[in-house]
Amino acid sequence: MIAQLTLIERQYAIMISAAVAVCGALMILVGRDDAMGIHGALVFLAGILTIFRIGESYFAPAPSDERLAHYYDDPSKVAIVLAMIWAVVGLAVGDWVAWQLVEPDLTFGVAWSSFGRLRPVHTTSVIFGFGGNALIATSLYVLQRTSRARLPDQVSPWFVVYGYNLFCLLAVTGYMMGITQSKEYAEPEWYTDLWLVVVWVVYFLVYLRPLARRKEPHIYVSNWYYMAFILVVAILHIVNNLAVPVSLGHAKSYSAFSGVQDAMTQWWYGHNAVAFFLTAGFLGMMYYFLPMRAGRPIFSYRMSIISFWGITFFYMWAGSHHLHYTALPQWVQTLGMTFSLMLLIPSWASAGNVLLTLNGAWDKVRDDATLRFMMVAGVFYGLTTLEGSFMAIRSVNSLSHYTDWTIGHVHAGALGWVAMITFGSIYATVPWLWKREQMYSPKLVEAHFWLALAGTVIYVFAMWNSGIVQGLMWRTYNESGTLAFSFIDTLVAMHPYYIARAVGGLLFLIGGCVGAYNIWMTIKVPSAVTDLAADVPQPAVVGSGALRAAE
Amino acid sequence: MAVEQPDRDSYTGYLTTGHEWNGLRELNTPVPRVLYFFLSLAFLFSVGYWVLMPAWPLGVTYTKGLLGIDQRKLVAASLQEAAVERSVWTKRIETEDFAAIQSDPPLMEIVRGTGRALFGNNCAVCHGVDAKGGPGFPNLTTSSWLWGDKPEDIFNTIRVGINSAHPDTHVSQMPAFGRDQMLPRQDVLNVVSFVYFLSHPGAKDVDPAKVEAGKAIFSANCVACHGPDAKGNPEVARPT
Ligand code: HEM
Ligand code: HEM
Repeated sequence: MIAQLTLIERQYAIMISAAVAVCGALMILVGRDDAMGIHGALVFLAGILTIFRIGESYFAPAPSDERLAHYYDDPSKVAIVLAMIWAVVGLAVGDWVAWQLVEPDLTFGVAWSSFGRLRPVHTTSVIFGFGGNALIATSLYVLQRTSRARLPDQVSPWFVVYGYNLFCLLAVTGYMMGITQSKEYAEPEWYTDLWLVVVWVVYFLVYLRPLARRKEPHIYVSNWYYMAFILVVAILHIVNNLAVPVSLGHAKSYSAFSGVQDAMTQWWYGHNAVAFFLTAGFLGMMYYFLPMRAGRPIFSYRMSIISFWGITFFYMWAGSHHLHYTALPQWVQTLGMTFSLMLLIPSWASAGNVLLTLNGAWDKVRDDATLRFMMVAGVFYGLTTLEGSFMAIRSVNSLSHYTDWTIGHVHAGALGWVAMITFGSIYATVPWLWKREQMYSPKLVEAHFWLALAGTVIYVFAMWNSGIVQGLMWRTYNESGTLAFSFIDTLVAMHPYYIARAVGGLLFLIGGCVGAYNIWMTIKVPSAVTDLAADVPQPAVVGSGALRAAE
Repeated sequence: MAVEQPDRDSYTGYLTTGHEWNGLRELNTPVPRVLYFFLSLAFLFSVGYWVLMPAWPLGVTYTKGLLGIDQRKLVAASLQEAAVERSVWTKRIETEDFAAIQSDPPLMEIVRGTGRALFGNNCAVCHGVDAKGGPGFPNLTTSSWLWGDKPEDIFNTIRVGINSAHPDTHVSQMPAFGRDQMLPRQDVLNVVSFVYFLSHPGAKDVDPAKVEAGKAIFSANCVACHGPDAKGNPEVARPT
């Protein structure tokens, strides 16, 4: 990995790592009375370890210029491995919190494992750790191939991958120590947020430069989505996290917004995090890997355009559907609801566009579990958006809000759409990246598919039932006009569904572990026919077909 | 970069856009009509909804909507309506005395039904869903009541609470005989044996000598509150 860097790049890398280590040391110094000091130690360690790692190979011979004839895929490879590690961790913690809801004593009496701390560990690990790494990996992969341009240099992509993972690590360890802003999906405190801003701006630049130097007249649709994802997440992250720290030596900060403005900013952020992180980025993935794997042209270029602009435009307005019947003025709720309804049309246009792309390749869907992962993802995308638009209707929301129905909706999207499209895309790229004929075991891919599908279906059905039962019990009155059920009665009613959910989650987790193992073995066991590498997306550039696994 | 030349896709019969990325192509299929239809439908619905409901901001105010609906007023009105509906029986509960309420079976049915959910939401966290209590929290299903078992007494206990911030709160406390050195350690142990024996008559694992010694200490220190027979005294709310 380091042998691929030129001497000057190695020097840059050392300087950046040293700067990180200095920041860490400063954090230790000013934050020594606070949990921030522990984070300082982590940052310091990260900087120092990287310096040592580079130092080891510092005097390795400089790489030949021949490397420039190939795409630079090493950062993608590392990000894929990291994505799978986060997946296993995040799913395991998800299932742990699911069991905690069945049996509350499963915290074992320590603070860090209480539900309130582990829950954001779960959401951050799966969304940012697993999803984010997969997005970074695939976006860099797709970007280079569809613009026929190499990444601009060999340091900045590493900075993005490792810097981003440092962010995830700080976030997750922080929650366990009780460091949180209490804003959902934006829990990390100010210094972690600032760090992400730096990383994200570099990511944006890394993305823009090859795009600007592309050797294609047009920008492929995947890149529109990836760009929207990077740009909008930057804006959302910066605005929602505007805050004033108590002091430079303390993790605690106070938001720049208060009251209903704070709530609205948070859910403008939260909803567009769903839109641009969990949707746009993964649509980018889908638009590349699905047609590639199916060997079919995209069904309609025109539909791609309509749905892209529809989604980006309508989503921006929809955040207030998270605050129906609250202190938020009603007119804002009206806008949120109506824009959510209009949003359904471009969402279904996207889902339809990719599913229609499979026309002429349905036999492959039947035989190829990787493609089936992507197909099912498309179906769940359609399902989740239909459900979302329905739940955004105020009167429906008055039943669904605060209940497990929302959790069911989330996981129909998260498991059925986000995780499935990611697993499908990873199974497609791993052999391409590591130059293998196929995955180590296609049978295990098949097993993973069925485990994931069964887990998702059990999870989602359990939560629909639980949510609707819960919602109805909350609003059932007896003849005298008082509530028929106490809250604890609803918990008793939900208990069996929680067991079902946790079992479904366990299946999904086992699937994830099978996948991680399979990917690991594919990387480790060189296939006998490396030359035949099924590298379908071989670009028409110099040196094509000779792309070697670097390092 | 080859000259862009649309191809015809043999399966669908549509032309491609003529461009290829890394082996990927796109068809130039026209957007299906239904899509425009549903988009217009959704938009028209939205416009209608905007006209009828509060919708668009106008500087410091907003369009109020033709229906004049306001969620705050709606909530206030429906709360009002529900209160009126319930007042048939709530008024009686507020005004009549406990004996009168208790002697009216239909009314008691309402009271019990309502009370169950109220208990679940407000009391069960400490006293348990089955009201059997737990360590530190009294069992409410036995006949021994610390602060009285008449409806008036129970009402009052709920009204002022125990060790609460209410000025008339019931106060429940016991001196720290051991910590404050009101009794030497040995005496504390003896009196423990005594009260243990009271609730476990015939127990074999206590030393009768200690029980005897404890009895004397009890009479000297504990009877004031717990009574000479250690049965407590609801007047001053002392446990048995
Ligand atoms: C093994 C699979 C999984 C299990 C067992 C699981 C379990 C859970 C549980 C128990 C909660 C808390 C629900 C509550 O508070 O009532 C939760 C929340 C959440 N999970 Fe998962 N999860 C899994 C996979 C995923 C994946 C793959 C993603 C995203 C890609 C995800 C995203 C979320 C989100 C966003 C929330 C917060 C939902 C909300 O606040 O409305 N989960 N999950
Ligand atoms: C047309 C598209 C969609 C619409 C209109 C929509 C609408 C909604 C609505 C109305 C809620 C419930 C808000 C509440 O009652 O608190 C919600 C929650 C949520 N949705 Fe969607 N949704 C859509 C698509 C998706 C997709 C594709 C995902 C992908 C994973 C997703 C993830 C979530 C999450 C994570 C939450 C929970 C937020 C929380 O923590 O409370 N949604 N969505």
